[in-house]
Amino acid sequence: MTERRFFGQAASPGLAEGRLVRLAATHAAARAGQGGPTEEAALLDRAIEAARDALLRLAARADPDAAEMLGFQVALLDDPALAEPAHASIQDGQPADAAWAAALDAEIAGYEAAEDEYFRARASDLADLRDQVLARITGAPDTILPNGAIVVAEDLPPSRFLAIQWQEGGGIALARGSPSSHVAMLARARSVPMVVGIGPVPAALADGTAALVDGEGGTLVLDPAEATRALLRRAAYAAQARAASAEPFRLRPATTADATPVRVLLNVGDPAELEGLNPAICDGIGLTRTEFLFSGTGSLPDEATQLEAYARILRWADGRPVVLRTLDAGGDKPIGGLTIDGESNPFLGVRGIRLSLVRPEVFRVQLRAIARAAALGPVSLMLPMVAVPAELGAAQALLEQELEALSAAGIACARPPVGIMVEVPAAALCADRFAADFYSIGSNDLTQYTMAAARDIGAVAALNDHADAAVMALVTRTVEAAAARGVEVSLCGDAAGEPRMTEVLLRAGLRSLSMAPGSVAAVKQAIAHVDLARPR
Amino acid sequence: MVEDAATGAETASGSVVLPNAAGLHARPAVKLTQQAKGFTSCIEFALAPGGPWIDAKSPVKVMRAKAPKGAVLHFRAIGPDAGDALAAMLALAGDGFGET
Repeated sequence: MTERRFFGQAASPGLAEGRLVRLAATHAAARAGQGGPTEEAALLDRAIEAARDALLRLAARADPDAAEMLGFQVALLDDPALAEPAHASIQDGQPADAAWAAALDAEIAGYEAAEDEYFRARASDLADLRDQVLARITGAPDTILPNGAIVVAEDLPPSRFLAIQWQEGGGIALARGSPSSHVAMLARARSVPMVVGIGPVPAALADGTAALVDGEGGTLVLDPAEATRALLRRAAYAAQARAASAEPFRLRPATTADATPVRVLLNVGDPAELEGLNPAICDGIGLTRTEFLFSGTGSLPDEATQLEAYARILRWADGRPVVLRTLDAGGDKPIGGLTIDGESNPFLGVRGIRLSLVRPEVFRVQLRAIARAAALGPVSLMLPMVAVPAELGAAQALLEQELEALSAAGIACARPPVGIMVEVPAAALCADRFAADFYSIGSNDLTQYTMAAARDIGAVAALNDHADAAVMALVTRTVEAAAARGVEVSLCGDAAGEPRMTEVLLRAGLRSLSMAPGSVAAVKQAIAHVDLARPR
Repeated sequence: MVEDAATGAETASGSVVLPNAAGLHARPAVKLTQQAKGFTSCIEFALAPGGPWIDAKSPVKVMRAKAPKGAVLHFRAIGPDAGDALAAMLALAGDGFGET
């Protein structure tokens, strides 16, 4: 079998090896018949009672943290307000299962619409309650998950997590999910490797397929090659040791052994990721992936919603600069109702700035929100997937129009510096042709387009190497163009967060690196070991 | 606090800023409702001084409020132990539900 990789977000570190087990979403079995309202109401109450008792039994043998999470679910089941709408529908003649499912779906939708990631993450606790009670109404059997498995699911409720004996190993890969979910917290507390947001896993995959969960890299690997196993094992072992030795560097300013200062910036998505992080670990935000705003349920975010999210990041950064990247949808990041379906090769299709320019009505809203955010603090605007100067020019013209419209309406706004992502080889080769206020090298896409190798195709993954001389030549060329034009240049791909790449990137002339928060300590440590005064 | 001479019922109200990083989330919501249920009085809170008022004894309704960090929680209690109930609510919320 060929190796396949699914990329998501790391939710709990460590490496898990095992056999894949799919947890299908619970679908209520069809019921034979339906009683009158009195019978249906009693049936619902009994099912709620039974689900509640099962949660209490689970809580009784769980540790305090887990027991508290289950206690939350029990408290909800105990509250008559939860079943109130269902009972009302039953009195109107609905069967118990349909009434309960509809009531809980409405409740869940309320959570999914929440602006705060924490509250959104509670939707899976509610979905679990819905399914637990439904199973008891319809008499559907519970799927038993084996221990030591790699559990692949759409989402995983805490009650299912807690029913598995993780001492025997195993890991979790979720198609959706969030690092803020209860189950992610449980996984971190128990050292169960976990990745979330890997997207749909093909339905044809058989249970028992060999699988790896790489909780450092946020990857699920199926049918891994022996070399991949060995590599990830070494990496996992080394990561533990490194994390311990790098910790003291986290809060220090980054300087090389010869005292050259280096700016260390963060890559972020949802502002909720910043909660609990000390802004003093970084010199600002080098990349805000605004796609998180567009991942909600259906509708596109309005100007006020976007502005509030950007303002929240600015408040966290506390005076440090923040780079907001405009929507980078398309490619492997489809957005319903916005991106173009059925392109024969989405990575070479309408994505990034190309999509924004064909959907100016959506782009203008974001430009306005960013211009308004720029009045609140040091904001820069960054355009993804730029290939030719005309794209930058078109975006600048739209921004200009929106700035005028905002000013005319008396709304506070400011013109942010406008930079480009350098991730298409065309842009790297001719970076000096772009009238950009700054460059940020997107090394992931730059590598895949330069090497013509996708990182999610195992058979060519080895070619997808950001340390390759061809990729580094384009990096160097971009750095030189920036120096010649007197503008700033940074690098914000995965390479920035890899300590093994630090010296190479600094020697290429980069003095600004933007990375995931979890990489800061290790990269600062690597920077401290580089002596640029000595030739390599 | 106002006491109704005829019934002995008190009404009490006050407000507090929510200091929790994650807002009024699962654990605080459970704590709040558990403590509220210990009083006979009707206890409600709102995110604005004019309401809408939320039953502080219902975890489902408390969670629906999705009160973020920094929100001002306005409490009101009506009943024989309203004064004590209000004091307990303000102390619990002001203390960040014991987790700040």
